[in-house]
Amino acid sequence: MALPAPVLTMSGIGKQFPGVKALDGVDLRLLPGEVHALMGENGAGKSTLIKVLTGVYPADAGTIELDGRAVAFGTPLEAQQGGISTVYQEVNLCTNLSVAENVCIGREPRRRGRIDWKRMRARAAELLSRLELSLDVSAPLSSYSLAIQQMVAIARAIDIDARVLILDEPTSSLDADEVEQLFRVMRRLKEEGIAILFVSHFLDQIYEISDRMTILRNGRLVGEFLTRELPQVELVAKMIGQELAALERLHGEAKVFDRPLVEARGLGRQGAIEPFTLTIHEGEVVGLAGLLGSGRTEIARLLFGADHAGAGELAIGGTPASLRTPRTAMTHRIAFCSENRKTDGLIPDLTVRENIILALQATRGWTRPVPREQQDELVGRYVKALKINPPNPELLVGNLSGGNQQKVVLARWLILEPRLLILDEPTRGIDVGAKTEIQRLVVELSDGGMAVLFISAELEEVLRLSHKVGVLRDRRLVAELPNDDRLTTDVLLETIASGGASNGAAGNGAASGADDVMANGGRDS
Amino acid sequence: MTTMTLGRTGVPTKYLPVLVTGCLLVAMFVVGGIRYEGFASGQVILNVFIDNAFLLVVAVGMTFVILTGGIDLSVGSVVALSTMISASLMAGPGWPPYLVIPLVLVIGSGLGLVMGYIVHAFDIQPFVVTLAGMFLARGLCYTIGTDSIPIEDPTFTAFAQDRIDLFADLWISPSVLIAALVVLGAVYVLHYTRLGRSIYATGGSEQSALLMGLPVGRTKITVYTISGFCSALGGVLLSFYMLSGYGLHAVGMELDAIAAVVIGGTLLTGGSGFLLGTVLGVLVLGLIQTIISFEGTLSSWWTKIFIGLLLFVFILLQRVFSARSRR
Repeated sequence: MALPAPVLTMSGIGKQFPGVKALDGVDLRLLPGEVHALMGENGAGKSTLIKVLTGVYPADAGTIELDGRAVAFGTPLEAQQGGISTVYQEVNLCTNLSVAENVCIGREPRRRGRIDWKRMRARAAELLSRLELSLDVSAPLSSYSLAIQQMVAIARAIDIDARVLILDEPTSSLDADEVEQLFRVMRRLKEEGIAILFVSHFLDQIYEISDRMTILRNGRLVGEFLTRELPQVELVAKMIGQELAALERLHGEAKVFDRPLVEARGLGRQGAIEPFTLTIHEGEVVGLAGLLGSGRTEIARLLFGADHAGAGELAIGGTPASLRTPRTAMTHRIAFCSENRKTDGLIPDLTVRENIILALQATRGWTRPVPREQQDELVGRYVKALKINPPNPELLVGNLSGGNQQKVVLARWLILEPRLLILDEPTRGIDVGAKTEIQRLVVELSDGGMAVLFISAELEEVLRLSHKVGVLRDRRLVAELPNDDRLTTDVLLETIASGGASNGAAGNGAASGADDVMANGGRDS
Repeated sequence: MTTMTLGRTGVPTKYLPVLVTGCLLVAMFVVGGIRYEGFASGQVILNVFIDNAFLLVVAVGMTFVILTGGIDLSVGSVVALSTMISASLMAGPGWPPYLVIPLVLVIGSGLGLVMGYIVHAFDIQPFVVTLAGMFLARGLCYTIGTDSIPIEDPTFTAFAQDRIDLFADLWISPSVLIAALVVLGAVYVLHYTRLGRSIYATGGSEQSALLMGLPVGRTKITVYTISGFCSALGGVLLSFYMLSGYGLHAVGMELDAIAAVVIGGTLLTGGSGFLLGTVLGVLVLGLIQTIISFEGTLSSWWTKIFIGLLLFVFILLQRVFSARSRR
């Protein structure tokens, strides 16, 4: 069967940033009616390639051909007019405007120069119904969840008569149903002959939806493959450039924990999380599982003093403590890597070194600056230990890829040698290689006696790392399950779905219901 | 969560700040009406418009700029420069008003255009650029003359002193009519044109607006040009009101305009607010002055004190609203 002519061909693309060679001689071709996955680790150059294609960055070398004609887009607008629409990883919409406007702005239906609001709302509603969404299109976008905002962004992208649709990690904030919905839409668009470029870190999704893939590594092209001809193991090997040892269950023996570090009794906050009881021991990894918005982050924030607990008490190392501010928490050597590294964690205009040293400097106060040699030594050690890439501490953090930025946040807290490390979604939007490294690190740290509170949407990951798992549902800690052989992702899912009520039926003998959690917490302490 | 219930009626959150300002205005009027004889008449309200028509026009321009998340500190100086150019050209070479006024408007728009271009092209904070513009325009006034120049052109003075009679002894000046037209035009632009929606989008998130393919640069340049135009027009209206040109006219008016916009519920960070709010904001400022003149014994500096207090209250209110709507 002869292949149709590609809609888009990029060849020999090169892009240089200060101190980083982001792309070097990369080729990419997109065929009509195909979903093409762009694969690579963080920092492999996926985002840069997309930004070059859509006119956000100019290319330093190489050519782009659209329908056989050479093009060079200077702005995202030109790319859109050329028929290339993009949905970026972070939702890039204006939350202060209505849903309808976000779908239509820039090409609003007009009558005699005047915006026709009625027609605009109708068109937005129609486009959203194509995605099987029914929203109040005149409501401001800020009133909807991130997942819905993502769908609105896609509705916007397909409203333009797109020939090429780029989806840059559209699924990282969607739940399973929403992903399925998205895939249905993608298949329909595919049938219409649109070429779709799809980026995702979820390998299962890639295998479910994509026809063909291009793999990048360190800014270079590894090759183009048909998805059905490339087994998953080989794909991962090609992405990280070496054979990947299977991710084994990292914790072998069940350890005995007898030294409670943090004990929360009836700790809660009105409207955020119902009172919960939880004990974290030294050297223990406690996982929190639950859906987005089930109260995982809220627990973390309470334990870090970022929010003030309205009820309950907290003891650290056996003595009662009141964590009014993150600063107090830091003096108790509690560290918190927040979910949103961009807005809550990093300062993109400072260098890697300055970002890493920040928390250490804050605990010392400004009158005692950390000597430069000590800074260099500490930073160098962590850059090496965490394999931050590129290993240059004087680069601006903003120029690093997502996974490496995450490592910088981690390094910042590790420097303080915390007793309790709270990790909120540390591996979200991170590739397999960096994910394994971070997981290994968690194990090493806990073996060294550090307590870790590990929050992740991926149940396998929670299961692999944790000694016990707290399950959350509707802002309530519904169960606390010891991680033994009988605990599987299915049991976890069951617990999340049933709110802990049917645990006994599932037969794993785990604690169920809030009362049992209390009892469990009591026994531990 | 698009609506928060106020009592029984649901009012969309976005209208709340304007509603609060509206209630405040009504409350002030009622209190004034109870306290002072002759306060509760239609002409008192109309006088507020007559005395503040120029401020209203300037504040409209400021609203455009603030909606994009910018600020324009040059407006007061551009107003003064406009009065100075008008007065000197009519007094010296004796140019007719129908030549002078368009020229002044072009100069004001041109100044705005240049500032907008610098803000966009060199990516400099609007605060700094318009601060420079403020000194420049104020300085230019004194190169024309250091003293007040009276305007004696017969057409100009006749127009300035004209009264437009409404029903029942009520009247307004032509300036009010002009200001009203400016307000209506601005509402139309903001809500029914692509430029208007781009302004809101730019203020909401400049980065997103850019990635959505909106002409962010052109939008920013345009709002400063509009603000420059409105300042020049405000200057012309002020010369109707004062019948003179002077380098010390409209000192600090940029701050009055910003205060009016903020009291009207527009967020200084951009992207949220309504022109109606600005109109109400100007009326609140005007009504404070009226109340103080009715009180008779109070020094006019009390105006500033009340404006200061109101600003504090409104900034706190905005904070509360934005914190609540984020949940």
